Amino acid sequence: MKMITAIIREAHLDQVREALIEADIKRITVSRVSGHGQQRIEEMYRGQVIIPDLIPKIRIEIAVNDAFVDITVDAILKSARTNGSGSVGDGKIFITPLEECIRIRTGEKGGTAI
Amino acid sequence: MNQENPLEMGKNIKRISLVLLILFGCGTGLFAAENGHIDTGATAWMLTSTALVLLMVPGLAMFYGGLVRTKNVLGTIMHSFVAMGIISVLWVILGYSMCFGNNVLGGWFGWNKDYFFLKGIDKNIMDAGIPEYVFSMFQGKFAIITPALIAGAFAERVSFKAYCFFIAIWSILVYNPLCHWVWASDGFIYKLGAKGAIDFAGGTVVHISAGVSGLVAALYLGSRRGYPYQVIRPNNMVITMLGAGLLWVGWFGFNAGSSISSGLSTAQALVATQVAAAAGAMTWIIIEGLHQGKATALGFASGILAGLVAVTPAAGVVQPYGAMILGVLASTICYFAIMLKNKVGYDDSLDAFGIHGIGGITGAIMLTFFIRSSWMDEAAALTPGWTMWNQLLIQIFAVGIAIAYAALMTWGIIVVVDKIFKFKSSDTDEMAGLDRSYHGERAYGMLNPN
Repeated sequence: MKMITAIIREAHLDQVREALIEADIKRITVSRVSGHGQQRIEEMYRGQVIIPDLIPKIRIEIAVNDAFVDITVDAILKSARTNGSGSVGDGKIFITPLEECIRIRTGEKGGTAI
Repeated sequence: MNQENPLEMGKNIKRISLVLLILFGCGTGLFAAENGHIDTGATAWMLTSTALVLLMVPGLAMFYGGLVRTKNVLGTIMHSFVAMGIISVLWVILGYSMCFGNNVLGGWFGWNKDYFFLKGIDKNIMDAGIPEYVFSMFQGKFAIITPALIAGAFAERVSFKAYCFFIAIWSILVYNPLCHWVWASDGFIYKLGAKGAIDFAGGTVVHISAGVSGLVAALYLGSRRGYPYQVIRPNNMVITMLGAGLLWVGWFGFNAGSSISSGLSTAQALVATQVAAAAGAMTWIIIEGLHQGKATALGFASGILAGLVAVTPAAGVVQPYGAMILGVLASTICYFAIMLKNKVGYDDSLDAFGIHGIGGITGAIMLTFFIRSSWMDEAAALTPGWTMWNQLLIQIFAVGIAIAYAALMTWGIIVVVDKIFKFKSSDTDEMAGLDRSYHGERAYGMLNPN
């Protein structure tokens, strides 16, 4: 089992969700986060060019069985790139080992609980 | 030292009058006017009403703004606010003239060169005792809120630029002619029957026209991405409720102000407004409670609006019991109209047609059965043998004209605007949200994404 954590642009949330649902990955957790990588965006606000220090992003967490890791990653890569080709600030995907997964309702453990 | 001789004082007064005369160009029109005497009471109330009706626009912005998703809040609020800019300017240039000028082009709309840029009404006092400036601004607020109401039907999925052009053209080609027909003294709907079709404060002109236009727009533009399979929840019910409250308060200007006076008819309209809103709100949560098991805040707000919309055409002619029944009827019919919408599956996103269209039609037709007897007596005096059933036909005819005209014209305008500016948002813009795509801003800090 793996935990896939993706940090993506806010504006790409709908695209990524649609791509995941198309790939039959339907159990996800989404949260609003902020931070910065190497992206340095300049925005016009009230007629001035400003550089926001912490950039709002979306974090998606998906717990999957090993067989689904590639499918999930491909769906995110396909949908989270700006204009399909990608640009700085499109985000990152982290994959970490997942020790255990328990379904609260039944107490089931392991791969079937995902 | 302080004593001056009377001769000197006389001279001083003459000198002061001379200065005033030079300052204002001429003596007449200074305090009272060329054509009337100011009724300060009526003027004060009409000034207040003008401000109250304007307050409904931010009220509507909040009502609609709370109902959309987080990414579309500012875009939706701007749909109402930008109308305050665009329509105010158009109104002063040509709107007032088209609505309240004399018939031109066979009565399609009005025109009066004195109203062009309002340049000829600088000193006009109307027969009602109020400056014509006040009346023109009061009417201008109605012109502002009407196209803003339509935005609820195609929320979350239109381009801002195309929307701006749409409401400008719609205001000129749909609102102004309808307003002229119904409210100008030589409008053909105003002159129907014994005492005209009854539309006290804008059932046909404002609510039916906006509601029907919204339905046409929603059908033409198609639904939002994911509708109806994806659940689309309101982002902030708190601002929606505050907006509904502001609308209720502002509606006293809308209805009671439409008496263009400050007296008995004002009071009658005020009471009808309060009663209908309350009855509508109560009815909605009772039906909802029986049907779904819970009374929602959105249901209460929808009931307030349904009641207010239905009593808008009726406020001048119904007594409190009639207003109460209109509120109950409007909520009941609108509730089932919205159920039906969900079955049929078109995306009138914030129920502009479901509430304003259906509620307006209900009010404009059903008011016939609750007209106070003194009004019917006056009508019968003008046209002997005039009965409720004669009036009912007139009401249905006026509603039919408003529906047909608004639907046809709106369809034409949308086709043209869509050809030139691409009315519906691209998929990318819609998914990223109106706020980011068209305004480059965000409404909130770190709220949950939805």
